[in-house]
Amino acid sequence: MRRMFPILAVLVALAAAWYAAVAPMNIRTALDQAKRAGAVVTPEGARVRHEVSVWRLLAANSEHIPAAYSLDRPRLPTPGQVAGELWKTTGEMALRGRAFSKRSLLYHGWITLQATLWGFALGTTLGILGAIAIVYSRVADMSLMPWAIISQTIPIVALAPMIIVLSSQVGVEGRGVPKAIISAYLCYFPVLVGMVKGLRSPAPSQLDLLKTYNASARQSFFKLRLPASVPYLFASLKVGIAAALVGTIVGELPTGAISGLGARILIGDQFGTPLAIWAALFAAALLAGALVTLLDVIQRITLRRMGVHP
Amino acid sequence: MTSVIEARGLDLTFQTNDGPVRALSDVSLDIGAGEFVSFIGPSGCGKTTFLRCIAGLEEPTGGSLTVNGMSPDAARRARAYGYVFQAAGLYPWRTIGGNVRLPLEIMGFPRAEQAERVRRTLELVDLAGFENKFPWQLSGGMQQRASIARALAFDADILLMDEPFGALDEIVRDHLNEELLALWRRTGKTVGFVTHSIPEAVFLSTRIVVMSPRPGRITDVIDSPLPSERPLDIRDSREFIEIAHRVRDGLRAGHVDD
Repeated sequence: MRRMFPILAVLVALAAAWYAAVAPMNIRTALDQAKRAGAVVTPEGARVRHEVSVWRLLAANSEHIPAAYSLDRPRLPTPGQVAGELWKTTGEMALRGRAFSKRSLLYHGWITLQATLWGFALGTTLGILGAIAIVYSRVADMSLMPWAIISQTIPIVALAPMIIVLSSQVGVEGRGVPKAIISAYLCYFPVLVGMVKGLRSPAPSQLDLLKTYNASARQSFFKLRLPASVPYLFASLKVGIAAALVGTIVGELPTGAISGLGARILIGDQFGTPLAIWAALFAAALLAGALVTLLDVIQRITLRRMGVHP
Repeated sequence: MTSVIEARGLDLTFQTNDGPVRALSDVSLDIGAGEFVSFIGPSGCGKTTFLRCIAGLEEPTGGSLTVNGMSPDAARRARAYGYVFQAAGLYPWRTIGGNVRLPLEIMGFPRAEQAERVRRTLELVDLAGFENKFPWQLSGGMQQRASIARALAFDADILLMDEPFGALDEIVRDHLNEELLALWRRTGKTVGFVTHSIPEAVFLSTRIVVMSPRPGRITDVIDSPLPSERPLDIRDSREFIEIAHRVRDGLRAGHVDD
């Protein structure tokens, strides 16, 4: 509970700021609708209202403020509206047995999750293999590392369409594989950096000790370097899985995909339904939170079993 | 007495960014089987470097050095010695038993023998019953005992110790000194022991090698007349104080060069 309090306090503050922002963001739309419904608004002309700041509109039309909180297509939906939309597209559909209909965020989340996990697996494997190469080979250290850093300076949004085009050129069907590649592209880097640090973490005296046993390179890897890198690995995996999810969503944005949370965000934008965007955004955030929490639990269990001081 | 370690005119120069540093200069020494030899001197005198040369962890740049009649590197590959570092350096993810088992696993001892040796060595260093504890659950002194057990587990005839008790407080250190002495008498191993504590060197050793820095060299070798049976209060005896005095004189003589 003592740890929950600060988290809840921040949450309440954010929600309060959000609710406060809804009125100025939506007042113009609310007044337009009220006017069309025949209510009295000041100033009356739509064009005149356009010239007036939202603050003066709020002050002059306080009786219409509640309407700003219950629009069908709000500029900025309230947290309650987002939660409602989220429930409508997930839990409610699941209760009606349509959890995997194309309108359900569970379906789109599942599509995104699949690509994320494939990308995560690919990125993690590449990151770990790269780290091993860098730690064991001076040539790899000098040649691989600069390129790894440069790779992260290229905007993924620019790269994503190219990966899609190229993978369809070599005959890869569908969006799954290119999405996983884009996701792996973002995810391998934290794993690589963390594992290089982790594999290099043993003190010189610990390496000397293995030398006095005449241990082989293989033995010193599996008995010393690898176990020593585990705490670093988990720290990177948690960053990596979040990056993999971002990569997948970015891979779904500019590519004409029709399923996945990224596609929902784009479609919501194109059809002018901010509620759908916000719901998809929160679904993505919840998914990321769940994945990171899952890794955190695995980390705790692993480290406890490895006897690390709790 | 047969020589286990023979150094003749040993030289070692490190190339550093500030130019060459002469860590060892013309070091000649024979260590016989079953001896307990301490190396004492201020930091930079090359005592640790000399120990590391014996272990094959440093390559001398001149002179000759043999361990068990072989080159140090061949001796290292033949697993001729156990090495104890200043930091216990136990693997935090292994239990005490698992840490002692580490060299046995690497050297490919059969499983049943591994278990038996772990049990026996932990008993030897008075850690029976702590096999399944993790390092963080043990005090610093107990951790260092476990690291000694790790060096003893595969029964090498030579034990090389680099300031193993340097980081421990005096009471724990006295206790471990007594235990180490008892252990040495029981096992008959040849011990090379680096320290910068005069009482520790005099209390433990059959021979004390005094070294001085820039360049690292031997300035005095003192044979101890003390009996092999040494209770802690031997440190108040006249012989003990005389040897300690001679060691201190040797150390001071080395410092005149500064």
